[in-house]
Amino acid sequence: MNIFERMMSVDRRWVFLFLALVCVLTYKVDFEVEVRVTDEVRKIYNFIDTLKPGDYIFVAIDYDPNSLAELHPMTYAIVEQAWRKNMKIVFTALSQNGPGMADQAIRDISDSLKLVKTYNGITYPTRDIVNGIDYIFLGYKPYPALVIAGMGQNFRLPFPTDYYGTPLDSLPMMRGIQNYNQMKCVIDISGTSGIDMWIAYGQTRYGFPLALGLTGVMAADYYPYLNSGQVFGMMGGILGAAQYEKLADNAGSALDMMRIQLYAHMVIILFIIIGNIGFLVSRRAKNQ
Amino acid sequence: METTTMSMGTFLWTSLGAFLTLGIFSFLYKDNPFYKFAEHLVVGVSAGYFVIILWHNGLQPNLFNRLNDGNFYLLWLNSAHWWYIIPAILGVMMWTRFSHKYSWVSRWPIAMYIGIATGLAIPLEMKNRVLTQLYASMRDVQWNNFLGNGFLDNTAGFSQLLVFVGTIAALFYFFFSKEHTGAFKGVAKFGIWILMIGFGASFGYTVMARISLFAQRIQILDLYTESSWADSAPGTFLFVWFIVFGIFILLALVEFIRWLGRAKTA
Repeated sequence: MNIFERMMSVDRRWVFLFLALVCVLTYKVDFEVEVRVTDEVRKIYNFIDTLKPGDYIFVAIDYDPNSLAELHPMTYAIVEQAWRKNMKIVFTALSQNGPGMADQAIRDISDSLKLVKTYNGITYPTRDIVNGIDYIFLGYKPYPALVIAGMGQNFRLPFPTDYYGTPLDSLPMMRGIQNYNQMKCVIDISGTSGIDMWIAYGQTRYGFPLALGLTGVMAADYYPYLNSGQVFGMMGGILGAAQYEKLADNAGSALDMMRIQLYAHMVIILFIIIGNIGFLVSRRAKNQ
Repeated sequence: METTTMSMGTFLWTSLGAFLTLGIFSFLYKDNPFYKFAEHLVVGVSAGYFVIILWHNGLQPNLFNRLNDGNFYLLWLNSAHWWYIIPAILGVMMWTRFSHKYSWVSRWPIAMYIGIATGLAIPLEMKNRVLTQLYASMRDVQWNNFLGNGFLDNTAGFSQLLVFVGTIAALFYFFFSKEHTGAFKGVAKFGIWILMIGFGASFGYTVMARISLFAQRIQILDLYTESSWADSAPGTFLFVWFIVFGIFILLALVEFIRWLGRAKTA
């Protein structure tokens, strides 16, 4: 076996090991990677930034722990931005293991708001986030399509109580709130096919402004909805999350991951080049 | 990095999490009992969690609480919301799938569900995936704003033209009733290039997603190590990690002995 044939048949475990080493070493070295903000992410940030205190937004946390790495940073950045600006949020979690994700995010972000922080030059005072006043968490119900369609009539149809078992009518935040008409926008942060249902049974039927936060695997498939205007903004994978963190001036795990992404991609490209050189040279030798 | 302390309970649970993370990644080397244990644990915990969520978030508030004012001995027919018995019966009918003799009964609730879902889906999907998408791919090209803010600006005339031409060319590639020769072949070839660019974008995003999963585990393990060393019980920390790494070192030793045996035979 010559060197070019060897280049094509590198044991995948060497690739994994090399990649893991590069990822760990890059993580331990502290340097910044420039992140350029795209229009589809900026539109979401600007939309929320221009809302008034007391406005309602709807955040659907439709992902399981397997998508946490990419989608949690989006949730943390958007929800903190909205709460710092005194907006009220209605949460749902329409994926099977989503309620745990939403519950964790709500607790963590509530803790973060207990600290005085400065974002984009504005210092925000400390505040307590109270269930039923600053947010409600509706929880999970099976069959997302029917739940999304049902909420368009009245949130109380699929969700007579919130996730913690409190009847919706007894929560101060829900006075006068019936359905999506009172929401300024819906932001679906999703790692499941539930996103298709939000577009079809939610946006198409009720016409509310919809923004998406997606895993990287799904991102390319949803650009047509951006082009058609069915969604007004989109964050794709960890890059989308990092862009949002940059806009919100709230550096979190997404921006922290970008240096790993940079070098990991270089390693993968390197191995692709090695494999292709091996393939092309071996093919030429075979033809001769 | 700011160091924090964690309670003993958090420490033990996080140690288990760290062990399971390493167990899952050990599959990259080869299938092994630690990977199997972690995989089965994930499936089992997810199923158990889902059952509890369904009970507390589904059946209890949406069915039992609504029939609460009725009487069990009157089959809740005296409840103010007695009609909730109907979906309950339909739900029970689904369970007849487990009987060979009565499994036909389950077709009724399935038929009803499919009927409702289809009725809802067809007009919405037609509008969502066909009509709106068709309209979006055939917009008037804005010649006075042809380049917009760069060629990646999706409101620019160039982007709209590219979407239209790209869609038509990709459709040409899948048109097999005419032989791909001459100009037809050229358009089809442009179509396959458009498709490949699309697949390339998907592949790039997928690589980014997979690296994100690994990067997040690095962040968690790093945070965990930082916090654990600051814990008031460093003895426990060392003990847990002795077990965790001990297991992997044992696994490596077993593999090494096997490899020696194979090398000797060869």
